[in-house]
This record gives sequence, structure tokens and C-alpha cells, in this order.
Amino acid sequence: MLRTTGGFWDPVLWIIAFIVIAIIAYIIRGFGRKDYKKGEQAKPYLSGIEEPSKEEVYVKAGNIYWGFIEALRGYYDAMMKIHTGIINDYVAWFVGITVILFIAIFLVEVI
Amino acid sequence: MNMDWLITHSPALLIALPLLAAFLTPIIDRVSKKARNAFVIAVLIIEEIIMILFAWDVFTNGIHIYTMGASNPTETVPSQAVVPVRIVLEVDGMGAFMGLISATVSLAAGIYSLAFIEEEKGKGKFYTLLLLVLVGMVGMEFTGDLFNLFVFLEVLSIACAALIAYRSHFGDAVEGSFKFLIISSIAALFVLFAVALFYAQYDLLNIAALASVMQYSHLDKIALALLVAAFAMKCGAVPMHFWTPDAYSVAPASITAMLVAASQASLYALFRVCFTLYGLTLNLEVIGGALIIFGLLSMFVGVTMAIPQKDIKRLMAYHAISQTGYMLLGVGVGLYLLAKPEFSSYGIKAMEGGIFHIINHAMYKGLLFLTAGAVYYRLKTRNLNEMGGLGHTMPYTAIFFIIGALAIAGIPPFNGFASKLLIYEAAYKVSPILSIIAMLVSILTLASFVKVFHSAFMGPKIHNVEEAPKSMLVGMAILTFVIIFFGLFPGWVVNHIVHPAAQALADQASYIQAVMGG
Repeated sequence: MLRTTGGFWDPVLWIIAFIVIAIIAYIIRGFGRKDYKKGEQAKPYLSGIEEPSKEEVYVKAGNIYWGFIEALRGYYDAMMKIHTGIINDYVAWFVGITVILFIAIFLVEVI
Repeated sequence: MNMDWLITHSPALLIALPLLAAFLTPIIDRVSKKARNAFVIAVLIIEEIIMILFAWDVFTNGIHIYTMGASNPTETVPSQAVVPVRIVLEVDGMGAFMGLISATVSLAAGIYSLAFIEEEKGKGKFYTLLLLVLVGMVGMEFTGDLFNLFVFLEVLSIACAALIAYRSHFGDAVEGSFKFLIISSIAALFVLFAVALFYAQYDLLNIAALASVMQYSHLDKIALALLVAAFAMKCGAVPMHFWTPDAYSVAPASITAMLVAASQASLYALFRVCFTLYGLTLNLEVIGGALIIFGLLSMFVGVTMAIPQKDIKRLMAYHAISQTGYMLLGVGVGLYLLAKPEFSSYGIKAMEGGIFHIINHAMYKGLLFLTAGAVYYRLKTRNLNEMGGLGHTMPYTAIFFIIGALAIAGIPPFNGFASKLLIYEAAYKVSPILSIIAMLVSILTLASFVKVFHSAFMGPKIHNVEEAPKSMLVGMAILTFVIIFFGLFPGWVVNHIVHPAAQALADQASYIQAVMGG
């Protein structure tokens, strides 16, 4: 058991709780309708259109989270701008941050 | 050879063993390739065993001192001198903790490499450099001498740069290595300049001796800025992280796992400088605040930059930056509170969370890079758009990936959850916004790895490839075992390994006393 600032964390207890909840969920599932047709009813309803093959509808990595990236377009444009891939810029950032640290360390003495 | 002798000489032995083995490897390579592989793996296993025995002794009995060249290794100050003049290795709980990480990741990487680089040329050089990386990491973590720290930093950086460019027939590998070398050289010069400033002022190079006379003069402040910037850059803190994805993504997968551990050696050096070299002389709010800001920026920028990536290793490299942010946040909160009464209640818990996260991250990020390497080994591409359905043909790799992904996202009951929970709760006490950002980053991390899992392992069977070779699976299994063990028994790990490390880092007086006496 791990003591934290506000309480504790016991993974063994968590796993036991998880198993108990999973068993209860399985029992509830058993109350479902028994006349469910496995093949026919499992198909998605596409307004009568034939379901395309899995290969055709498989979403590639490049399209995942498209909406998220579009919603944050301004942020990503700024980020892409500073990730130039040029070593001179990397060094400039490094030196710039060192200067900021200098200023922060010395400025606090003045203030 | 009895156990006492082994433990007494372990600090030197754990550096000398891989160092000598590194220079023997090219010779054995000339005789037999199989003998070379067996030799390297045997050395890594022996290193791991000695490291475990030694670390346990440090956690139980406290700091170990080893004075190089002295007839009595514990005699730090020669009879004719008043200060330590020889190189002193000083291993406290934090150093031993970091040594454990370095040895474990190196062992997993070494075993994994047996199959991974099977078709590459220059394997003798590869293993030589791999052992030198281990030398650099353990040297940085064990040394009690500031100039020696610089030397091991250089050993580590040069060996890492050569290994990043190992597959020199790829242009991006050479480019990544070149960038790493340039930025590392500048960081090393910063460190060297800081060392020179200390030597000019105090005539000292020993960390404990310097800490005992530290005045926090203007020169000390200049040295502090140089050291913090250099080590923060080397561990990949935003906004000095740009080299990280360039280097991590092009190195062989086993080396990328070692680069994670190497970056953590720099993180260790950053913490050692702040807590031990400067300690309470620091303006803790400024430097603690700087670490917290580096942490927040690293967490947020790292994870948001990971999400749009299509290169699996580049994506994981951004996550490595993001996870480093958690460590900086946790230990930064501890540093911020070091001189305050709250330190003993939640400051130390924040440090425990940050330090626990170091070892957790080394294990699950190492594992994730190894799974990415296994995918690359079979498909010869890092592009997620060209992957899919690998769960059908690489089920073990898929399982290892799921475990690593759930661990990094902080899903219970895996180890990432335990360390993040410690950080969330302690950081909340300083400011709720810190915890909110940390939790948001965890959610985005999970989202990002769902994308990778979907893109690489789910979907229809596209590629007719085989499972990864056995040695690669063994390398992944070692790290998986540690992840599950740490996940199931976080209380034991924190009490026996992490707490002694956090306590040692915060206890500057004991570190000084072990060398200077009194």
C-alpha cells in the first residue's frame, strides 16, 4: 500500500474491486434478451447500403484527431514555426533560456 | 572474494567493469561473433547483479565513499591535505537509484540488440559504444567530483552521438547525431565553464567540499545558470528539447531506450547541482519555480506535439519530453518547498513522486521504444500510416505495447499511476492548476497512445509478417516484468528504493559529512 499526501493507493485492492465489478457486469449482461441474432443484428445499419470492407474504412494515423488539430490550428502553427529542425535555432533557444535564467537569478536579488 | 570486499569496491568496479569490457569487445569480436555477444551480455548481467547488491546496501546502510588511488578507499582527505584532492566516488541513495535504472535498461537493450542489429555491420563497435554509454551514465551518477562529472558527461555524449549515427547509411541518422553532438558540446562547455568558475574561486572540485564552502556569490550564480541550463537541455526540457525527437527517432530502438536513461542521468545531475551543490544557499523559489515552469512546459508542449506525429518513434520521443516534465514538476515542487515546514509533509511526497516517475519512465518508455523497434524490424518503416493489423501477427509485441501505453498514460494498476498520483496530490497543495495541467497531459497521453495502438496493431491484417525474434521479446519482457512489479507493489518500491533516494537528495548535510567528516 502506498501512502500519498491525501490518502493511500492499494493496487491489489483495486484489482479485487475491478474483478468484483466485472463479475457483476457479466451477471447483469446475462439478464439481456436471449433471442438476439448474432450475425444479422451485429451489422451496422447504413440506410440499406452494403457495409464496405474493413480495409476500405480503416482510418489511418494521419486522419486521427484531425478535428483536435484543426481546433488548435493557431497553437500548432506557432509550434511548427519554432520547430524548424535547424541546429542554429536549437542553439539560439538554448542560449536564450540561459540568459533568461541569468536574469531571473540576478533580478530577484535586485528586487 | 567475499561480499564485503565486493560492496566496498563496487563504486569503482561498476564503472571499471563496463569500461574494460568496452575495450575488450573489439578484440573478442575479431575472434568470434558469438563469443562477443556472450561476453557483452555476461558483463551486463554481472553489472546488474552487482548493482542490485550494491544499491541494496546503500539503501540499507547509507552513503558509500570510494577514493580513487587511496590505500583506504574511505579516506577522502589525505593526511597531508585539508581538502579532498583525489577523485572521490560518492554514492548515496539517489546515485544508487539512478545506477539501478542505468544497469537495468542497458541489460534489456543489450539483449534486445542481439537480434535487432543482426543484419547491421560494425556490431563490435556497436557493443563497445553501448558499454561506454553505460560507463558514462554510471560515472555521472556515482562521481562526487565536479570535473569528473564533466568527463563522464562527455563520455556519455560522444558514445550516444556515435550510436545515434550507427546506421550511417540513413541520412537522417547522421543529421540527428550531428545535432545531438553540437548541442551536447555546447552544454558540455557550459558545464566546463561552471567548473572553472568554482575552481577559480574555491580551489576545489569535490562536490561535497564545494557545497561546504558555497557562498552563493555572483560567480556562483553565473555557474548555477550555466549548469541548470545545460542539464535541463540535456534532459530534454522545453523549450530546449528540439534535439530530442531528431535524435531519439533515428537511433536504433535499443539505443533510444538507453538515450532515455542517458537523459535521466542529466536530470540526476541537475537535481544534484540544485539540492547538493547549492542546497539551501539557493534562492529556492526562483530555481524551484524554474524547474516547475520547465516541467509544465515540457508536459504540455511534449504531449501536444506528440499527437499530430506520424512517425512512431518521433511521437514517442515527444512523449519522453512530456514525461520528463512530470519529474521536473515533482522534484521542482520539492525544491521549492525545501526550506519550508511543508517540505516534511508534502514536499518530500512530491519528490518521491518525481523520483519514482524517473524509474517508471525509464522502464515503460524503454519498453515502448523497444516495441516500436520490433515493429520497425519487421516492417522497415516508422510511418504509422503504413502500419495496421499487426496485432494479428505480432501478438506479444502488441501486449507489451499495451502494457507500456497504459503505464505511461497513468492507468491503474500500472506503475505510472502510482508515481503520477503522488505528484498530483502534492502539487495540488502548492497550486491546483499544477495538478490540473498534469492530469490533462495524462488524458492527452492516453489519447495519443490509443492512436498509435489503433494505427499499428488494430484493423485488418495488412502485413504478413512474423512476431519479433526471441531475444527482442526477452528484452521487452524484462522491462514489462519491472513495470508490473512496480505497479502491483508501489508501497514497497517507494519505501525501500524511492524514499531513500528522495531523502538522500534532500539531505545535503549527510552528503557533505560523508566526505568532509565532522
